[in-house]
Amino acid sequence: MKKSILSAMVVLLLLGAAAYGAFFVAPPDAKQGVIYRILFLHVASAWTGLTSFFICFIANLLYVVRRQPRWDWLGVSAGETGLVFTTVVLLTGPIWAHPVWGIWWTWDARLTSTFVLWLLYVSYLLLRTLVEEPDRRALLSALFGIFAFIDVPLVFGSIRWWRTQHPQPVVMGAPGSGLDPTMYKVLFFTWFAMLGLMTLLLRQRYRLEAMRGEIEIVQRELEAA
Amino acid sequence: MKNLDSVFAAYMVGWTVFFVYYISVARRTAALREDIERLKNLLNRGK
Repeated sequence: MKKSILSAMVVLLLLGAAAYGAFFVAPPDAKQGVIYRILFLHVASAWTGLTSFFICFIANLLYVVRRQPRWDWLGVSAGETGLVFTTVVLLTGPIWAHPVWGIWWTWDARLTSTFVLWLLYVSYLLLRTLVEEPDRRALLSALFGIFAFIDVPLVFGSIRWWRTQHPQPVVMGAPGSGLDPTMYKVLFFTWFAMLGLMTLLLRQRYRLEAMRGEIEIVQRELEAA
Repeated sequence: MKNLDSVFAAYMVGWTVFFVYYISVARRTAALREDIERLKNLLNRGK
């Protein structure tokens, strides 16, 4: 069996187990009832998205220092993957918010900083379509990617530094905050499964970008010859 | 159970986004592979 199919099946199994945990293992929440079960998908997607943006940031830094195309390829792949996970966060958040808050959206610090983060990485990907010359495109997008990452600590700190409509953090929060131990186990397992999915998507996306990059290198060599 | 439909909606939306992205990357990769093959054939004919 091909390695890629095998890894996709493992990730699918992990995600299935995570969904089972979210629906049947995690205990019900006394205040919110069944709706809180969105937390496992929503929070795990948010953490995975931020992990992906962190990979993008490191790859961008390495590109600026070393100027090797593979760091540019990893940067764009991780940026795009992070954007997918953040899209899920921005879509599942309002579905959760509406029955609990009575509104779909509010411009509080957490929601706004997350939306700005999403816009920044959309811009990062758009910027790449505007510059034709590969080296210039890689450098400009790496610099922009480093700038875009500034919003990540703001997203992390927004619910710790300011009073927000968004709930307080479930990890590394104030004393007394947090979750039931079984909920924590399910949440961390879901994050683990999501990291598996992120690795799968990132690897596939990197392969695509590497192929594109290699074609560009061959084209340049042909033009120079 | 109250709001169970919202929970299912959230999970459906989430998995759909991931699935669509996975398919989109696979399709872009397949299209690029076809382009590479076409280029190879073009180069071989030119020799």
